[in-house]
Amino acid sequence: MTEPHDVVGDGVPARRTQPARVAPLLELRNVRKSFGDELVLHDVSLVVPEHTVTVLIGASGSGKSTLLRCINQLEQIDDGLVLFDGVDIADPRIDADETRQRIGIVFQAFNLFPHMTVLDNITLAMRRVHGVPRAEAETRARELLARFGLEDKSGEHPDRLSGGQQQRVAIVRALAVSPRLLLFDEITSALDPVLVNEVLAVVRDLRADGITMVIATHEMGFATQVADEVCFLAGGVIVERGTPDEVIHHPRDPQTQEFLRRVHEAGRL
Amino acid sequence: MTQPAGAGSAPSGRSIDWTPSQYELERRKARSNQERRRVAIAAVSSILVIGGLAAVVLTSSGWPVVQDTFFNVSYGWSVVPIILSGFKIDLLLSAVAVVFIAVISLVVALTRTSRSAALAPFRILAAVYVDMFRGIPLLLVLYLIGFGVPALNLPGVSGLDVAVLGTAAIVITYSAYVAEVIRSGILSVHPSQRAAARSLGLSPAQTMRHVVLPQALRRVVPPLLNDGVSLLKDVGLVSVLGVVEGIRQAQILTAKSFNYTPYVVVAIMFLLVTIPLTRLTDRSLARALARQNTQGNA
Repeated sequence: MTEPHDVVGDGVPARRTQPARVAPLLELRNVRKSFGDELVLHDVSLVVPEHTVTVLIGASGSGKSTLLRCINQLEQIDDGLVLFDGVDIADPRIDADETRQRIGIVFQAFNLFPHMTVLDNITLAMRRVHGVPRAEAETRARELLARFGLEDKSGEHPDRLSGGQQQRVAIVRALAVSPRLLLFDEITSALDPVLVNEVLAVVRDLRADGITMVIATHEMGFATQVADEVCFLAGGVIVERGTPDEVIHHPRDPQTQEFLRRVHEAGRL
Repeated sequence: MTQPAGAGSAPSGRSIDWTPSQYELERRKARSNQERRRVAIAAVSSILVIGGLAAVVLTSSGWPVVQDTFFNVSYGWSVVPIILSGFKIDLLLSAVAVVFIAVISLVVALTRTSRSAALAPFRILAAVYVDMFRGIPLLLVLYLIGFGVPALNLPGVSGLDVAVLGTAAIVITYSAYVAEVIRSGILSVHPSQRAAARSLGLSPAQTMRHVVLPQALRRVVPPLLNDGVSLLKDVGLVSVLGVVEGIRQAQILTAKSFNYTPYVVVAIMFLLVTIPLTRLTDRSLARALARQNTQGNA
């Protein structure tokens, strides 16, 4: 096994506002994942220090979502290490349920439970997994809802809400159990441009709180604003990584340049 | 062959083969250990439960007598041909019933879910039919049709064979059950599918035929299979009208020999048909689901 840092030797950028911590919260080393004959992730290494935001960009099918699912142990990796707080959480002897209590994920399609109210969606895990009494859980849920402008929606069922509201509820649901790490899987891809902003504003807010996040997105402007590190994936490989300025504004790799040119043509930059 | 370690982020070929790292090897070892433990626990648990049950039965004071009256192998073999000839009637009546049930239940389900104004009276009739025959015990329907219809002295109908009348009673009852299963399947297809089909210019009937029904039927295969197995067993009830099918044949034999082994023989015949049928359907259903879910997972 090689040392972990030779792969990411081109530098984990220090957060612009405060110095980087010593031990990374999350570290992937040479993660490999295939579905049948299709190699989806090839030797992916990544360091996510606490209180930083890592943004994954790349075309659909480049492996961004799979990478997030491997972090959350929704997929079993073929090889490599997924170190969370220095512990390999891909190890079968580690309880994946317990791991997931500390890693939240928000999905592209919201995945709210349609048969529950907003409040019940948010308090379910607090009450059932963490044993928080109902009254306490609901107080916390209402606080979070109020913070993101959803205080009057707590009694509604998800399908009565707009897509942007649903996605904000999904973020609150993930946030409610105070995870150490939040994963966002193209959370604005199912939303129209107006609704995109209200969701992205929530993420900016969370960044200001110092919440550690790994975000897969197609919103380059947003990536530039929130990312401490941007990773460009193509064909299951991190082709280029660096600060937003380096990767998005001054890409060196021809594949990154081509991808960003196409994004630009599509009017999304 | 690519090395997982030290290969950096440059892909050196897209070969699917690679040399697993020590970490992965260790994880695999842990996984196979866990698997071995699971197998061991399953084995111990099975031996305790099944062995315990067997021990209780086999050591009971009445077991030798029970073994002779229910599991007399040589007598059992000797009655296989005669029971089989009766069991063939069960299979035949089931096969005929399935065809009629499929047609009638589909018509009833489609009627009940249609929104056509002209079909309004038929919707009411269909609802009444379903409510009635789901609620009346099959045995009573058998008596009503098996003994009632001949008593009407209608030309052509009253002379029908009891097997035909019995099958008709089963078809009437089961069509009501199956119609409800199919209807629930139709209602479970998301309205957006209907909207998509109608937006392409398909008529309501075409939408039902090409978009809604295929999805609905696929979804209700497991409960339908359940009804199919029930049907095969319930066909034996036509014996109350005097049809000598498998179960009745076994009953006649037991009455002659005072030995219950023929019942066990006919039970085994039922199992030989129903178990492969269930497994086969389970497998084809799993394949169909796997085909549908291949996208959206990566």
